[in-house]
Amino acid sequence: MVTFPGSLDDRDAQRAVRLAGGDPVALWHGDADLAGVDAVVLPGGFSYGDHLRAGAIARFSPVVGAVVAAARSGMPVLGICNGFQVLCEAHLLPGALTRNAGMHFICRDQWLRVENTTSSWTSAFEVGASVIIPVKHGEGRYVASTETLAELEGEGRVAFRYLGGGAGGEQGDDARRPANPNGSLDDIAGIVSADGKVVGLMPHPEHAVESLTGPSEDGLGLFVSALQSLGVAA
Amino acid sequence: MARVVVDVMLKPEILDPQGAAVLAALPRLGVAGVTGVRQGKRFELDVEGEPDLATVQDLADRLLANPVIEDYTVRVES
Repeated sequence: MVTFPGSLDDRDAQRAVRLAGGDPVALWHGDADLAGVDAVVLPGGFSYGDHLRAGAIARFSPVVGAVVAAARSGMPVLGICNGFQVLCEAHLLPGALTRNAGMHFICRDQWLRVENTTSSWTSAFEVGASVIIPVKHGEGRYVASTETLAELEGEGRVAFRYLGGGAGGEQGDDARRPANPNGSLDDIAGIVSADGKVVGLMPHPEHAVESLTGPSEDGLGLFVSALQSLGVAA
Repeated sequence: MARVVVDVMLKPEILDPQGAAVLAALPRLGVAGVTGVRQGKRFELDVEGEPDLATVQDLADRLLANPVIEDYTVRVES
């Protein structure tokens, strides 16, 4: 679990890893050392103040250099929210995240459909499952070239898609809460790398790991998937 | 000392909500006839000696702009 200056959700995400049965290891942005971990999570927040563009400065931090090298040799990497932005800036995932179409920072529980269940971070889900996981971002509108979108769709590399109200009841069919919170192309909430090891998503699975503090326990599925794919599930 | 200016703009096909917000405010200022606003960034790099434009170009391509969503121009300011 990497902590950048400005990371917000690193502790929550560490806790999610623990609840899923894993052993979270704290990594520091200034160290190019991954401390022998089996997988890396880049958490949400505002790394380096999100100056220039979200994730743009973090991409050149020593730890991200090490993460890019590890990902290229097959280490599972998950980027949540700001972590997703960093993975796009680092070109581990295609496309980019731009300012929400509606100009607002959106913070709410969000229904998603699980589209890919073959990646290192989504294998514990059932195809087409509806899950509810919080979103909270101002720059989460996924954009990519027409060719890239066709490639993602064609190869089944859309991991999660924003889903309209009514899917599970609580969000209802309130027209003021459109399915897509930010204008993301093709309603994309998260994507998978070509090798299935790197996943980035705007919603925060670490905020949906127990009923006391979140809308569901659906977020645990990502961390459980990674532990299972590494063969270290409890 | 030379100054190199890098202008960065969102590509035309990328939605610019900030520009749209500025456009929406113009009627309140009594201004009519402006049909579009796009917001961008300008970087001013003060460089020792003769500027190496190839290096600045590389910097713009890798850090100052994200070529997936942005276009940029590099020029020396006289």
